Amino acid sequence: MIELGPHAAYIVGAYAGVAALLAALIGWVAWDAHRVRQQLRALDARGIRRRSDSGGTAA
Amino acid sequence: MSGFSALVARDIRLAFRAGGEAFTLVVFFVMIAVVAPFAIGPDKVLLARLAPGLVWIAALLSMLLGLDRLFRADAEDGSLLLLRHAGLPLEAVVAAKLIAHWLVTALPLIVATPLLAVLLSMDPAMWGATVLSLACGTPALVAFGAIGAAVTVGLPRGGVLAAVLIAPLSIPVVIFGVGAIAGQQAGSALLLLLALSLVTCAVSPFAAALALRTGEE
Amino acid sequence: MSLDSTAKKPNWFSRLAHPGEFLRWSGPWILPLSLLTALLFAIGLWLAFFVSPGETENVGTTLRIIYMHVPNAWLSQFVYGVMAVAALGTLVWRHPLADVANKAAAPLGAAFTALALFTGALWGRPTWGTFWEWDGRMTSTLVLLLIYLGIIALWRAFDDQLRAGRIAAIVTLVGAVNIPIVKFSVDWWQTLHQGSSVLVTGGPRMAPTILWSLAVMMLAFTLLFLVLHIVSIRTEILRRRATSLARQAAMGADA
Repeated sequence: MIELGPHAAYIVGAYAGVAALLAALIGWVAWDAHRVRQQLRALDARGIRRRSDSGGTAA
Repeated sequence: MSGFSALVARDIRLAFRAGGEAFTLVVFFVMIAVVAPFAIGPDKVLLARLAPGLVWIAALLSMLLGLDRLFRADAEDGSLLLLRHAGLPLEAVVAAKLIAHWLVTALPLIVATPLLAVLLSMDPAMWGATVLSLACGTPALVAFGAIGAAVTVGLPRGGVLAAVLIAPLSIPVVIFGVGAIAGQQAGSALLLLLALSLVTCAVSPFAAALALRTGEE
Repeated sequence: MSLDSTAKKPNWFSRLAHPGEFLRWSGPWILPLSLLTALLFAIGLWLAFFVSPGETENVGTTLRIIYMHVPNAWLSQFVYGVMAVAALGTLVWRHPLADVANKAAAPLGAAFTALALFTGALWGRPTWGTFWEWDGRMTSTLVLLLIYLGIIALWRAFDDQLRAGRIAAIVTLVGAVNIPIVKFSVDWWQTLHQGSSVLVTGGPRMAPTILWSLAVMMLAFTLLFLVLHIVSIRTEILRRRATSLARQAAMGADA
């Protein structure tokens, strides 16, 4: 690793903060997608489908 | 034209009848000048320096508090629906309500300004500039407020959301408003403030009418 | 298999406009785009720490923060541009997915704007001595963040999401018109209150290695937004499906 200089803490802090927030953002987007899919699967299991699904023509 | 002025008169009458909320706003306005010295300290020199800013903060907060009443009462009792289908175009209806709202909320604030000036130890030479600045700037606040109110009409507790939406947009008004009271560029600030008010008042009825129509589709 | 043998292959517009079509064609793209994004970040980070110089005359030894700050600042404005175009799509062209695009982009834009402010503050402290400065750029970015948050609050306040979409579109466009006015007024205000240093993010004569590293990083960040945006749009489409299905079930429709 190259020398970061006297203000290394600020550089590391900036990168770490960005990494943390981006990780949280990606995690949230992924979790939200997963949750909605779960809801749809649960509805499907209860037999509630879109009217168009039973026809064979993709909606 | 008579429909327009009838609407303005109606709104003014209603404002004074329905619980006198306009009066409450003026009390709130003065209240800020009463509370500020307790927060800042009674140092007259400091207060005098801060006075223009404090007056404008008080005006902004009062206008933000009051913007909800622009459309909510009419929306709740169905008058808004009637007005939409009245002879006047919706934009004209909004413009009439803007005028009435300014007369009922902003004008009392402007009249009460000398009271604040005294409480905040404002240099008397600045009183006139302060009144003028508020007179030129409050129309812009009303115009922005109308957009915020139209966008949130029908939402429960929409008033807070409207204030949050409008506050960032009001920053230029505050900047030029305070700048017009004191400082080297007071003249150009006043002109910019006036320009801002004219432009926003011209555009706001259209944006607000669009939002009102959209909200009820 | 399509029952209708004479059905046309959907043209490019309906592939973008029809929710079902969008779901179908966007799915396979997510993994490749994500991998590309990760790759670009890896290259960008390597460039930032091992190829780029560690300091310049303008900003001293804190130069490397530029690779985190500038992409986020760029995205904060780019995402709002996307939202504004989506708003036009909702109001002017009545595009069915435009309001979904607006809603999906708002939290992303807010996050990037917050990161721009965060990295800007961390950059400002060692370089120019202060975490915060009320200059035109930082203040406008702060106002932009508030506008993003306001739009997010607006979306959440409505039960009827379609109505919310049109209202949010109006607010987005009003915000778009106002941001230049805010920037202008803050710059004017700044000239009155002289004495504060004006922040400069690197001079015009930046070494080529810096420019290249910056370009890669900006591309990586932009791609990241694109991937997250597509996933969020898909989620929102599915969420609306789930909501209407649940409503259908509650009304006792035949299964």
